[in-house]
Amino acid sequence: MTPAQFDGLMPIVILMGLAVLMFWGAHFASVLLAPKKPSHLKSTPYECGELPVGSAWSAFNVRFYVVGLIFIIFDVESVLMFPVASIFSELNARGDGVYALEVFLSFITILVVGIAYCWRKGDLDWVKSYQVSLKENNK
Amino acid sequence: MNQTLVSYLSQYEFYDVLLGFFGNNQTLLAVTIYFLFAAAIVGLMATVGGLGTYAERKISADIQQRIGPNRVGPYGILQFLADGVKMLTKEDVMPFTADKFLFYLAPMLALVGVFATLAVLPWSSGFIMADLNVGIFYLIAISSLVGVSVFLGGYASNSKWSMLGGLRGASQIISYEIPVTISILSITLLAGGMGFGTILSHQTGTPINWFIFHNPFAFIAFFVYGIGALAETNRAPFDLPEAESELVSGYHTEYTGMRFGMFALAEYIEVFVVCGVAVALFLGGGNLPFNIELDIIPLQLAQMVIFITKALLLYYVVIWIRWTFPRLRVDQLMTICWKYLTPIALFNLVGCAIWTVVFNGKSIADLVFGGGH
Repeated sequence: MTPAQFDGLMPIVILMGLAVLMFWGAHFASVLLAPKKPSHLKSTPYECGELPVGSAWSAFNVRFYVVGLIFIIFDVESVLMFPVASIFSELNARGDGVYALEVFLSFITILVVGIAYCWRKGDLDWVKSYQVSLKENNK
Repeated sequence: MNQTLVSYLSQYEFYDVLLGFFGNNQTLLAVTIYFLFAAAIVGLMATVGGLGTYAERKISADIQQRIGPNRVGPYGILQFLADGVKMLTKEDVMPFTADKFLFYLAPMLALVGVFATLAVLPWSSGFIMADLNVGIFYLIAISSLVGVSVFLGGYASNSKWSMLGGLRGASQIISYEIPVTISILSITLLAGGMGFGTILSHQTGTPINWFIFHNPFAFIAFFVYGIGALAETNRAPFDLPEAESELVSGYHTEYTGMRFGMFALAEYIEVFVVCGVAVALFLGGGNLPFNIELDIIPLQLAQMVIFITKALLLYYVVIWIRWTFPRLRVDQLMTICWKYLTPIALFNLVGCAIWTVVFNGKSIADLVFGGGH
């Protein structure tokens, strides 16, 4: 790593270090100042005053998984578009604007087709409509 | 090469004097400058975050025709210090079912993610700690740590309310990252670069040169970014991860004392960062609205004041929105993100690209007043 690169990353490392320091500082101060009277009941997970039933680490709604999957696809595609976007005006100034636009538009079309497919399949609805899958099965 | 605070300062004579004082050790001097500036920024941000809680309560009181905090100090302005002391003296309780390591890690990650974004925030044309050539890209990437911390906080607590809040938070933050990223992408396209220095160099002079007025698509992109940013920072009307009427307080239900304080501080600083990014991308950053000859130091200070003033004005709008609009439902949240904001953002991106080709990169102002690059 050349010194110039290191120079750009140094403030980031310092700021992260400050964040960790601040966290430990506050934690240390609270260890000094705060009362300590632990009891079993106090450290039960909060469930509105009732004793908790079972663990919270159980199965959860599969919708979150679908949202995560759609996000990954869109995120990767927008990451791929960043380099194109940052040289787009340069290409345009060189006279390659129409060509760049064609490539850019065809890439975005793939994205749009993707979102249209998800939309049609009902994956963008939070409560996936039961009727949609019924209709598809009856076809 | 990336411009940094040190490379900026090294243009001036006093840098050589300082260098002599440090025995010509470049690295030591660089670390010292960065550390001092970072400490100043962190101090400023902690104050902004603290005063943010005060402003939030005072403005909400004003909107709801109450008085708000008025006991500690004049007009209750020291309330945030009292709150901080109170949080320090609260007992640190951790559920015995929790994953201890992750439970400790989550608030720290939130703080690290938010502080790391401060490195590329352009306070003024010179006072920017590291003007990375991937500035805005880095900012999007590193601020995702906050989303991770929200989910970790919810997961590690092993409490049902926390788990639900954490899951909702994670899905909301990652969903709204898409319209925000695509809106930022359209500004990257107009500016021709991802660094904040590049983006700001296109927005000098009168407000008509700001990117928000560059073309109609950029104007819409600003509002898409604004709505998405509200959701990404878990602010009302998108505060579902901590919806108190249904989830107690979401992912930080089990957090007490200073660890809860760290989550709150990170949230308020993140709101400021998001406002600062909006100012830098769309509203001209710290550029002076008129051409005026100033010395280096007054110029930089004036730019800093302008930048922070604009960001705080947006901060006010964020608080105003919070206390004006009712909270959304989960399904409405997802509908707005995926069925409205994402297509609109994509439309803006295409519009900006076509505008760049058709009008050869000129803004509305250039076309009307016959200017141009």
